Amino acid sequence: MVKFLQRTYVFLIFAFLYLPIAVLIALSFNASRSRGTWGGFTLQWYVELFQDRVIMNSLYTTLLIGACSALVATMIGTAAAIGIHNARGWQRRLVMNLTYIPVLNPEIVTGISLMILFVFSKVQFGYMTLLLAHITFNIPYVILSVLPKLRQLNSNLYEAALDLGAEPWYAFWRVILPEIMPGVVTGLLLAFTLSIDDFVISFFTTGSGVSTLSITVYSMARRGINPKLNALSTIMFTAVLLLLVIVNVRQAREERKGRKENEQQEVGFRIIGTVDAAGIDPERVQQEAGNPLRI
Amino acid sequence: MTRSRAMLPYVVWMTIFIVVPLFLVIYYAFTTRDANGTALTLANFQRAFQPIYLKVLARSLKLAVFSTAVCLLLGYPVALIMAGKAFSRKSTIMLLFVIPMWMNFLLRTYAWLTLLERNGALNQLLSRIGLPTLNILYTDYAVILGMVYNFLPFMILPIYSVLSKIDQGVIEAASDLGANKLVVFLRVVLPLSLPGVVSGIIMVFMPALTTFVISRLLGGGQYTLVGNLIEQQFLVVGDWGFGSAISMVLIVLILISMAVMSFFEKGEEGATLW
Amino acid sequence: MTDQQLVNLVGVSKVYDGTAALKGIDLYIRRNEFLTLLGPSGCGKTTTLRLIGGFEQPTTGKILFEGVDITGVPPYKRRVNTVFQRYALFSHMNVFENIAFGLRIKKMDEKTIRAKVGKMLELVNLVGYENRSVDSLSGGQQQRVAIARALVNEPEVLLLDEPLAALDLKLRKEMQQELKKMQRQLGITFLFVTHDQEEALSMSDTIAVMKDGEIQQIGTPEDIYNEPKNAFVAGFIGESNIVDGIMHQDKLVEFAGTCFDCVDGGFGPMEPVDVVIRPEDIKLVKPGDGKLQGVVRSVTFMGVHYEMIVEAHGIDWLVHSTLMEPPGSEVGLYVTPMDIHIMKKVAAG
Repeated sequence: MVKFLQRTYVFLIFAFLYLPIAVLIALSFNASRSRGTWGGFTLQWYVELFQDRVIMNSLYTTLLIGACSALVATMIGTAAAIGIHNARGWQRRLVMNLTYIPVLNPEIVTGISLMILFVFSKVQFGYMTLLLAHITFNIPYVILSVLPKLRQLNSNLYEAALDLGAEPWYAFWRVILPEIMPGVVTGLLLAFTLSIDDFVISFFTTGSGVSTLSITVYSMARRGINPKLNALSTIMFTAVLLLLVIVNVRQAREERKGRKENEQQEVGFRIIGTVDAAGIDPERVQQEAGNPLRI
Repeated sequence: MTRSRAMLPYVVWMTIFIVVPLFLVIYYAFTTRDANGTALTLANFQRAFQPIYLKVLARSLKLAVFSTAVCLLLGYPVALIMAGKAFSRKSTIMLLFVIPMWMNFLLRTYAWLTLLERNGALNQLLSRIGLPTLNILYTDYAVILGMVYNFLPFMILPIYSVLSKIDQGVIEAASDLGANKLVVFLRVVLPLSLPGVVSGIIMVFMPALTTFVISRLLGGGQYTLVGNLIEQQFLVVGDWGFGSAISMVLIVLILISMAVMSFFEKGEEGATLW
Repeated sequence: MTDQQLVNLVGVSKVYDGTAALKGIDLYIRRNEFLTLLGPSGCGKTTTLRLIGGFEQPTTGKILFEGVDITGVPPYKRRVNTVFQRYALFSHMNVFENIAFGLRIKKMDEKTIRAKVGKMLELVNLVGYENRSVDSLSGGQQQRVAIARALVNEPEVLLLDEPLAALDLKLRKEMQQELKKMQRQLGITFLFVTHDQEEALSMSDTIAVMKDGEIQQIGTPEDIYNEPKNAFVAGFIGESNIVDGIMHQDKLVEFAGTCFDCVDGGFGPMEPVDVVIRPEDIKLVKPGDGKLQGVVRSVTFMGVHYEMIVEAHGIDWLVHSTLMEPPGSEVGLYVTPMDIHIMKKVAAG
């Protein structure tokens, strides 16, 4: 009986979470613009969606910025993580505190501060400012993904490579990097996801007509209901569903090979939720948060 | 170790793009510009504390606290049930919670627009059954609903994470020592889950306090929370000084609540079991 | 410094954050020698090894290799290779690639690499394991891959940092034999670090006992065991009875209230000394036949021998014997003058 009640409760919460999306999906095929009456099945909104130049452009922009910022952030972040791992004392603490600032700061503050910076330095708003902003908020998450992998490394690995005749760069490239690759990949994917989904920071740092998908959706949604958005939601939901299912199946297969279960949770956690997934204790984040100025 | 030099590009980058901008915010908050040039002033802060703006702040706090509380009340049981024995394929169920999180934040909020408007799906359904229609769009309730909907998974996941890591042995030991299920929960599970709860509260409260999207879309053009206020000052009014001052007040508020949370958590650490 | 001295540490000290891990040690290692650094944790043995490997720089002093100062030379340029305690195998490479790592860096051709790796696999008894992933190997097998990976580069010196510490007893004893055999066969100089004195005694040509960053004694296993220089070495190697005594004159020492003939000399008249007697050197005889009388307090069967605690003259003596006297029985204790070792008292600590 208890189990039944428990399951019911959880399913109710599920319903709450999925209901709006389900409605959107249903309405995306509705020939009538009405939100309550069914006017027949149609794919018209999907067609209009793909024909909408503004939306398509912003999709392209979003993907482009996402890929570029993720790549750059991963490079800078991985290097930073290695540096931090080998640093001690006040230097290490300083850089870690620096890393937590954009993570714990409200996005709006990061957004406006970047905006002020760009105006102040008389930089033209557009692709460049958008890219710089995205890289900036991505790097900390890359670091938080790579650092735990570095900690797990056998500390003798690098020395072993040197001992066998490898010069430092060779040792890093052939030995260390392959070992931390899972963390680097996690960081890359994380950065890409955060970038694609970002709204607030993009909102303040873009200009001259450059728009991300989120920003386009915002301006459309402000003007009211638009069936094209319903179609967009359906596509995005399906894509996300497929992606997560595939990754999940892969994880399940890895698990059967005996990998750690924590990696299971690496998939699908987002933004600050990924702080946990990246292997960091929620406790630690708060401890740092409780003393954010402990420099 | 010269290997620590690898973090130099990062430090330079962050200094330029995080540290300097923050100092700029502080600069703008404490200065005014007029025909005579720039001068140090507290005028921006004084303005921020005027009743009309304090009301905005109060409202934002109220909504954020309320939303966080609702998320906690709804979410904690979910995490508890998930960590318990009711479900076996835990990772699959967890995945189902995570999928909505991956949907675009704006589209998720937009979804409620569709549901809640006067002619929206919800009202159409209600009138079909014969119940009176609800007109909650563009009210506090819509905004709270939007916040809870968006942030609920952020409350559930950290709590679940901590709960699932509780050593079964601890619970068994408590039972062995004579505690019934309620006592085990109150005296063992609940205190041990607090780090997750605090995590969840932080992850919900902060975005709830500073959002401007949810309030703009679900609250309407006239609905103003702190986030909207800041946005207006920077993008519409152009009063950067005032905008920066409000931002700083916001930052201070958040730092205080973080400090309170970590103090609260540390205090509890001593009283975990008995 | 002779031709035979391959590695030479001169006045080497290492200070970390104010604490001295090594306090000005002088040590040389000869060609084809199996030298063991033996001591408790924190004595500086691993630090010494790492200095020779090039992973740390000495605070003062020099390290010479074949007479040449290599103090600033990085690890990848030294003709030494290391076997690490936790193996440090490259888990993204299979067994073959791990072993071939150093050879690939030297840009050898594929055929030579195959041949050399093949020979190594034979040496460590892992033929047929080329394509296995290192994660799938047992501890002992990983150990052997680590050894092969180091040896295939034909170093002048092989450094081994407590390589057998993670293995179970039986495996450890087997590996000890194999390592000794390998060293003899290949003629490579081995520098071995361990805290296990039995291991050191059974494998080494020379042992250097270390404590608190200093070398306490260097010598062959027999020397160290039979003629420990001070109480620490005596206590660390094998089990001992160590009691206070007074040297009346050369070859005459008083302890436990009695005077004994012994064979050591070179002390001042009435000088306080440490007297060391090995448990296996004490014979239990009929009461009255030995110079000391005592009562058996406890008996423990250890398999190889009985371990008995006998109280005589207020001291608990540790006695190892294959013959057993039950607890409570009165016995006499007898020891030959040869087996009474006298040592200068060391400052406390």
